Amino acid sequence: MLTIEGLRVQNVTLDLEIRPGEIVCLAGPSGSGKSLLLRAVADLIPHQGRVLLNGEDCAGMPAHIWRRRVSLLPAESRWWADLVGEHFPQPVSEEMAALGFGPEVMQWQVARCSTGERQRLAILRLLAQAPSALLLDEPTASLDHESIGRVEEMIDRYRRLHRAPVLWVSHDPDQMRRVADRRLEINGGRVEEVRR
Amino acid sequence: MNLIVLDYTDLLIAAGLIVALALLSLLMRLRVERQLLIAAGRTTVQLLLVGLVLRALFAHVTLAWVSLMALVMLLVAGYEVMARQKRPFKGAWGYALGTGAMFVSSFATTVFALLVIIGNDPWYYPQYAIPLLGMMLGNTMTGVALSLDRLTDFAWQQQAVIETRLALGQEWRVAMRDSIRESVRIGLIPIINAMAAAGVVSLPGMMTGQILSGTPPMEAVKYQILIMFMITAGTGFAILLATWLGGRRLFDDRQRLRLDRLK
Repeated sequence: MLTIEGLRVQNVTLDLEIRPGEIVCLAGPSGSGKSLLLRAVADLIPHQGRVLLNGEDCAGMPAHIWRRRVSLLPAESRWWADLVGEHFPQPVSEEMAALGFGPEVMQWQVARCSTGERQRLAILRLLAQAPSALLLDEPTASLDHESIGRVEEMIDRYRRLHRAPVLWVSHDPDQMRRVADRRLEINGGRVEEVRR
Repeated sequence: MNLIVLDYTDLLIAAGLIVALALLSLLMRLRVERQLLIAAGRTTVQLLLVGLVLRALFAHVTLAWVSLMALVMLLVAGYEVMARQKRPFKGAWGYALGTGAMFVSSFATTVFALLVIIGNDPWYYPQYAIPLLGMMLGNTMTGVALSLDRLTDFAWQQQAVIETRLALGQEWRVAMRDSIRESVRIGLIPIINAMAAAGVVSLPGMMTGQILSGTPPMEAVKYQILIMFMITAGTGFAILLATWLGGRRLFDDRQRLRLDRLK
């Protein structure tokens, strides 16, 4: 369970409870603060309010432990070493195959990967840490149709298997209909639930 | 060999070369004559003043006066470190970080050399203490300024990468490791170059000065080696301290990258 109480960045306040294994999608116009909210939940920026994972307060544990458990996938993937494999703490062969990569991908140079490949690898890199909750900032924005399906499937499988709460920022109404258990929208500083 | 004393006519002849250069600049419309003459004027006035100060200091050898002189040198060097950074820290940190690192490192190394290696009596005798400290501070200043400039600029440019690493649960030390390593390397380049080139490409200034004033070459060489090692160690320690403290300051107690702490 991911509990967000009075989380406030810019002019947006978020109160939300995401149950284990539930996917909550968050939409809203550009600049409305979606990414900032995700970054605040990951405790990457100063904010007001509290965030708890299964009753444990973020403020009560070391920041890096919190971020390992409540992991954020930024909208654009970033890499710091030359080889793909250098970014992975442990091998993830099963998931790699599910996203269309063979084991040789670990020897690839990041600079020679396409944007879409990098984004899929970033998702693998995130899941390789076995986080307890996922914060996804437009995870499929740079992917083709086939890859989008694979990523959605993988995240669906992950949240069921690990009973992980997922907060998913998306711009695509069709995608939200496919993946979301609940949908939220930011409207002028207020976060409202979208009824189907 | 005795020291050949220069009189002011000698200096005027040398100044004539600068004036000739300025005239050339004027004739060729290069527009550097003004800067050139101002800089030459500054160097003359500053060095004459420091000469007077040193003469007074040598005449009244007390720890208090030597310390005051050292403090003034440190504060000026600290200002230079801050002024040379593109994005210094806001507030007191901007000044205190470089100054503090230089203070700890330069003073410790100089006092160590004076007490343990040179062993003069009194140990703070200004003829040794002030030139040693001056050379230490001059080099440390360049190293610390380069390192801090690189560190803060790197954090600025690489914000997204650093935050990605933090988001993956890395501690700030790990997320900043590459930047800190690179900053330390950049800061040490000048002194490593100077050591590598010493004697082959260039004769270091202090050694040249000693040889000109009649010191036997091997004695001058020994002093120069001592100075080189001290400068390198002092610069290195100051850089390590400044980059570690600077790196720490870039993150708050929740290990968030705080670029709002930079100007």
